Amino acid sequence: MMPKKRTWKEDELAETMKGTRFMPNGNLVTLTQMRSGQSGVVAEIQGGFGLIDRLNALGIMPGKRITKISAMIARGPVTIEVDRVQVAIGFGMAKRIIVESGRVR
Amino acid sequence: MKKILLVGNPNVGKSVIFSRLTGVRTTVSNYPGTTISYARGFLKLGEEKVEVIDVPGTYTLEPTCKAEEIALRMLQSGDVAVNVVNATNLERSLYLTLQLLERPIPVVVALNLWDDTKHRGIAIDLDRLKVCLGVPVIPTVAVSGEGIKELVENIPKATSPGLPVRGRDDRWAVIGEIIHQVQHIDHRHHTWLERLQDASVKPFTGGIIAVAVLVFAFLVIRFIAEGLIDYVFDPLFNNLWAPVVLRLSALMGGSGLLHDVVVGKVVSGEVNYVESFGLISSGLYVPFAMVLPYIVSFYLVLGLLEDIGYLPRLAVLMDTIMHWLGLHGYAIIPTLLGLGCNVPAVLATRILESKRERFIASTLVSIAVPCAALQAMIFGLVGRQGGQYVLLVYGTLFVVWVILGIILHHAVKGFTPELLIEIPPYRLPTWRLLLQKTWMRIYGFLAEAIPIILGAIVVINILYSFGVFRAIASFTGPVVTGLLGLPEEAVISLVIGFLRKDVALGMLALLGLTTKQLVVATVVLAMFFPCIATFVVLLRELGLRKMCISTGVMISAALVTGGTLNLIL
Repeated sequence: MMPKKRTWKEDELAETMKGTRFMPNGNLVTLTQMRSGQSGVVAEIQGGFGLIDRLNALGIMPGKRITKISAMIARGPVTIEVDRVQVAIGFGMAKRIIVESGRVR
Repeated sequence: MKKILLVGNPNVGKSVIFSRLTGVRTTVSNYPGTTISYARGFLKLGEEKVEVIDVPGTYTLEPTCKAEEIALRMLQSGDVAVNVVNATNLERSLYLTLQLLERPIPVVVALNLWDDTKHRGIAIDLDRLKVCLGVPVIPTVAVSGEGIKELVENIPKATSPGLPVRGRDDRWAVIGEIIHQVQHIDHRHHTWLERLQDASVKPFTGGIIAVAVLVFAFLVIRFIAEGLIDYVFDPLFNNLWAPVVLRLSALMGGSGLLHDVVVGKVVSGEVNYVESFGLISSGLYVPFAMVLPYIVSFYLVLGLLEDIGYLPRLAVLMDTIMHWLGLHGYAIIPTLLGLGCNVPAVLATRILESKRERFIASTLVSIAVPCAALQAMIFGLVGRQGGQYVLLVYGTLFVVWVILGIILHHAVKGFTPELLIEIPPYRLPTWRLLLQKTWMRIYGFLAEAIPIILGAIVVINILYSFGVFRAIASFTGPVVTGLLGLPEEAVISLVIGFLRKDVALGMLALLGLTTKQLVVATVVLAMFFPCIATFVVLLRELGLRKMCISTGVMISAALVTGGTLNLIL
C-alpha cells in the first residue's frame, strides 16, 4: 500500500545525499519490500507516537539513510543498518516504515 | 549521603564503569538489557563517601518496558547523573542526554568506547561537544580503565545547564545540529567481523551459524564438564576423601541417626557417594563433583556467547518460532539463562515489554527449561542408562515447551509485541571480565546451593527416620503409582525437589527404578514445581495471583506429561 502523503521532500533528500553516490529515484516502498543490500532514506513512519518514539530512539526517523541487511523467512524480522549500527525490526513494524529507495549513481 | 546515578542507553558499558568506580562486581555482557535491576556500591570522592547506582539502560525517559520504568524511578532520587554515552553512536545517545539536561539534576558525560571511535573512522571534537552540552565530557574506555580517574575528578564539576524542555522533533533537530558541529566520519571498508555480523542475521547463513554455534557450545560444555569430573573431582573424592569418610564412619560406630546424617549409609566398607546421603558423602559429592563441573563449563560458554554479542542475533533468527509461543525473539535470552539457573532467567524476563510475555516466558522457563544443576544430574544418573534416555528427557521437555507455549499463546489474553532491538557489534571478549563474570556466577551457585543441599540432606535423614515420608507416600500413592507408574516413595523426591532438584534426582537413584520409571520421574521432577528460590522470584515478579496460575499450569502439565510418558513408553 502506498502512503497517501509524503513527508520527505525530493529537494531535502537531494540536499541530505549531496556528495554521496546515492541518487533518489522517487520510488517509495515499505521496508519489507526492499531487497537485502538495498539502501534508501526513511520517508515516513506510519504509526502512533509510541512506535515513532521507539524507532526514533534507535535512530530510525525520516531523513535517515538506512541499508537493509536481511529479512528472515516467514514474515520474520528485518535487519537494517542505520548510523553504522544494526537494528532488528519485527515484520509488522517494518511494514509501517516507508523508504525512498535509491540506486547507486 | 549523595547518590550518583549511572544513566545511559542499553549496552554502552554502564556496568563496567560501575565496577571501575566502586570495585563492586556486576554481570556485564554484550547485549542490551544485561542489567535488569539496579546495583549499588560506594565511591570515595575526596573526603566524602558517595553511593553509586548502576541504572538499567534506557533510550528515553519516557519508559517503554519495565527495566526502563525502574530507570526513571531511580532518576528522581539521584543527586548527580553520570550519563554514559556510546562514542561510536553519539547521535542516538544524545537524545537521552538532552532529556537529562532538561532536568534539574547535575550531569557529567562519560564518552565510553572511546577507543572504538578511532578504528571506526569517527572523529569527535571534544571541546566543541563540551560547549554544546554545557557539562563536562570525559572520554573513557571502561574495560581498560582509561579515563576513569578523570571521570571521578569531574563528578564534583557536574552542572545542570537547565535546557528548555523540548518536544521530540525539536530535540532531534538540536541533536542534528550538534552532530553536524562535532562529529566527522570517514568511510572505511568492512572488516571480517562485520561480514560475519551480516551473515549471522541472514536466513540461510544465519541458520547454519546458529546450528554450528549451539552444537559447538554443547560439545564444549560436555567436554569441559566431563573432563573436570573424570580427571579432577572423581579422583579427588575416590582417592583422597573416601578414606576420610570411612575412618569417620568407623569412629562414629557405623550406624545410628547421627552417623547416617553425617556420614550416610556405608555398605560393606564402601562409600557410594550418590546413594549414601550423608553430609560429608553425598552432601559434598553432589554439589562439587556432579553439579559444579557443569556450572563452571556452562557459564564459561554462556559468558563467551554473551560477550561476543551472539545472543541478540539468535533472537532475530528465533523470532518467528518464538511468536508461535506468544513471545518474540528476545525471549530466547531468558530461556538460555534458564539453562543455567531459573532464578536469573525469571528476572531477565523484565527485558520483555508486556506483562503477558513475562508471564508466558517465566512459566515456560520454570516448567520446561532444566537448570544446570538438574541437567548435570540428568547426565550423571539418566546418562548411565544410555544417551538415548537423556535425549528422551530433553526431547520431551522441548516438546512440552513448544506445546505449552502454543497453548499459553492462545489462552492468555493480549497480543505479542514485535521485536525491536539494537544488535550490538561483535566484540572480542575481554578475558578478565569473562573470567570475573564466570567466577561470580559460580560463587553465586556455591553460596546459594551448598547450604540448601546440606540442609536438605539433614531434613531428609530425620524425616526418614521418623517415618514422615511413608505417611506422605501412602497419602499421594494413587496419583504417583496409578498415573505415573512410579513407586510410592518417588513422591518424596518430588517433595524434596522443592528444595533442590539436584538432590531430589539423587534420591531417585536410591529407589532402584527401572529405566522407564527413571525417565518418567526425571521429567516430572523437572516440570513439577520450581525450586524454592525460583518460587520466590516468581512470586515477586508475577504477583501472588499469577504465580498461583503459573503453579497450577506447572502441576497439571507435569502430571499430563508424566502420565502420557508412562502410557506410551
